[in-house]
Amino acid sequence: MAQPILELRNLTIVFPTRRGEVRAVDAVNLALYPGQILGLVGESGCGKSTVLLSILGLIARPGRITGEVLLDGRDLTKLSNRELRKLRGKEIAMIFQDPLSTLNPAFPVGEQIRESLRLHNMVPGPWLWPFDSGRRWQEKQRVLQVMEEVGIPAPEARYRAYPHQFSGGMQQRALIAIGLACNPRILLADEPTTALDVTIQAQIIALMKRINQEHGAAIILVTHDLGLAAEFCDHIAVMYAGRIVEIGGVDQVIENPQHPYTQGLLRCIPNLKERRPLQPIPGSVPDLAELPPGCAFAPRCPEFRSVCAEGFFRLQPVIEDGHKKAHRSGEVHMARCLRLTGYRMPEDD
Amino acid sequence: MRLVKILERLLAAIPIMVGVAVIVFLFMRLTPGDPVDIMMGQGGMVTAGEIERLRSEFNLDKPLHEQLALFLFGLLRGDMGNSFTKQRPVAQLIAERLPATIELALGAMVFGLLVAFPIGIVSAVRQNSLTDRLSMAGAFLGISMPPFWLGILLILIFSVHLKWLPVQGRIGADVHLTTVTGFYVLDSILTGNREALISSLRHLALPSVTLGAAVAAIVARVLRSSMLECLRSDYVKLARAKGASEFSAVAKHALRNALIPTVTVVGLQVGVLLGGNMIVEAVFGWPGLGRLVVDAIFARDFPLVQGAVMIYAFTFVAANLIVDVLYTYLNPKIEM
Repeated sequence: MAQPILELRNLTIVFPTRRGEVRAVDAVNLALYPGQILGLVGESGCGKSTVLLSILGLIARPGRITGEVLLDGRDLTKLSNRELRKLRGKEIAMIFQDPLSTLNPAFPVGEQIRESLRLHNMVPGPWLWPFDSGRRWQEKQRVLQVMEEVGIPAPEARYRAYPHQFSGGMQQRALIAIGLACNPRILLADEPTTALDVTIQAQIIALMKRINQEHGAAIILVTHDLGLAAEFCDHIAVMYAGRIVEIGGVDQVIENPQHPYTQGLLRCIPNLKERRPLQPIPGSVPDLAELPPGCAFAPRCPEFRSVCAEGFFRLQPVIEDGHKKAHRSGEVHMARCLRLTGYRMPEDD
Repeated sequence: MRLVKILERLLAAIPIMVGVAVIVFLFMRLTPGDPVDIMMGQGGMVTAGEIERLRSEFNLDKPLHEQLALFLFGLLRGDMGNSFTKQRPVAQLIAERLPATIELALGAMVFGLLVAFPIGIVSAVRQNSLTDRLSMAGAFLGISMPPFWLGILLILIFSVHLKWLPVQGRIGADVHLTTVTGFYVLDSILTGNREALISSLRHLALPSVTLGAAVAAIVARVLRSSMLECLRSDYVKLARAKGASEFSAVAKHALRNALIPTVTVVGLQVGVLLGGNMIVEAVFGWPGLGRLVVDAIFARDFPLVQGAVMIYAFTFVAANLIVDVLYTYLNPKIEM
């Protein structure tokens, strides 16, 4: 089995607030293998984006991060900011949610893509303006190539255009081009299609799939859309209130969901054939500063038992077809629910 | 393309200037107090004949609309008439004083921006830190402190007690400087006069600080708040995620966008600098336009006041035009 390129071990992110410490991310373990697409699914406020930001070391103070973020076995949380900067955008690139506000309105799109190349010395040469014209020309050629690749038509003409002159889909493509410029091994996509029309969404997803196949870039896709994740990912982790509540291969999680939250999310996906009414999950994500004891999902859970409000539950392997079925990456389908332990008291396991 | 737009804007400024001319003309004549009476009051014994002669000399005996027409057509030819009190062409009087005023305004602006930019940026980056709180308290002080008092305070400290800087004037009495443009700092550089350069800069220092303190305070506050907004933006997050240094994220990505509202305020400060200079010029004995205008207003010297106001109005219009042009460079969403 191949080594994971990125591994999160016991990752915990705490923000001190006036009302006490908030655990935005609580003991998350994840592994990303080369070429894999991992979906991180959950409602807003579940800590998904925080996980992505922590990988890049971009958790703003006073947030604290404990645990390990291993890139090729190297712990990124131990690196200095200077060392991290060399990885950001080059080894690990991020694609943000809202393309219009993420592109800098004051600079031409082409220049913003070129900046990525310059920051990581992708084209070596003199850096002092105006003596770097040859270098700039070479960088521009690479930018045009990337713009072409992400499907921005007439890149030469659009190189000097500003973000507001682009449509939403084009802005998202430009953002992907910024991420792709340095050929990163890992793409972190934070709800890249949420701000877009459905048709454009499909195009962007197809583009990311192509990037995954042609460049072999591993992708972590953060989304609240389990349907999208089912379509696009080969591995899914469902997060709730800062914890992973279910994780496994896409088929395992979608076809045999174990956690009531995963089941609830699945019931929220419209089905065009059956046209059954949607069944929303009642309530909303709890305030992370005042988490209920026991299972965080308990107050919203349709299968609530009194023991759910007590103790802490580990991720348990799911028994499938009579045995613990291994995922291709060597991981098993796991869920964090009392049902898997047969409603025994938590002390028992 | 941009040049055409600038020309268009310049043409659009003409009706504004005409409007200013008409208003200042009417307001001067609506103000109680007759210029000839005021002049004669100082002279003592005068006959009715002499008064009549002066009135016709100043065209004050003509009907109002004729006087206005004379004034406007004079402006078209660049002729602002003769000063009642000084018996010399207004244009000449203003030309003598204007360089001093502009030099002071520029000095104040340079001081204001040099102080405001580091303070505004650092307080935004270190929001709520001690630096931030002290800077903002200082800015509040800068806005609240009346310039005449600040000026006197500075003179007391730096001129009287420490004896570092001169009390008043534009240049030392013992320093010889050949006038080329009327801007003493520029003239000293042009003529290669080191001694005059140092002397004129030393004289410029305190008035610039006095006049520029308010500018520094206002610009620092605006810059801080717009920097705070820009630093929280997604594009700064993207810059960091791309691998940009913290310096580049702040100084390039955030500052560039924070400049947009700041430039507007800086443009408006030009008006403050022109208005405020009357007081500062009085405190520091600065031979600028401000004092000339104040004297002219008290003497009801119609042509001189009108001429000076026209210059003020023109400067303000020009400053706004410059801001608008800068805007198109700073904010690509705006076309002129």
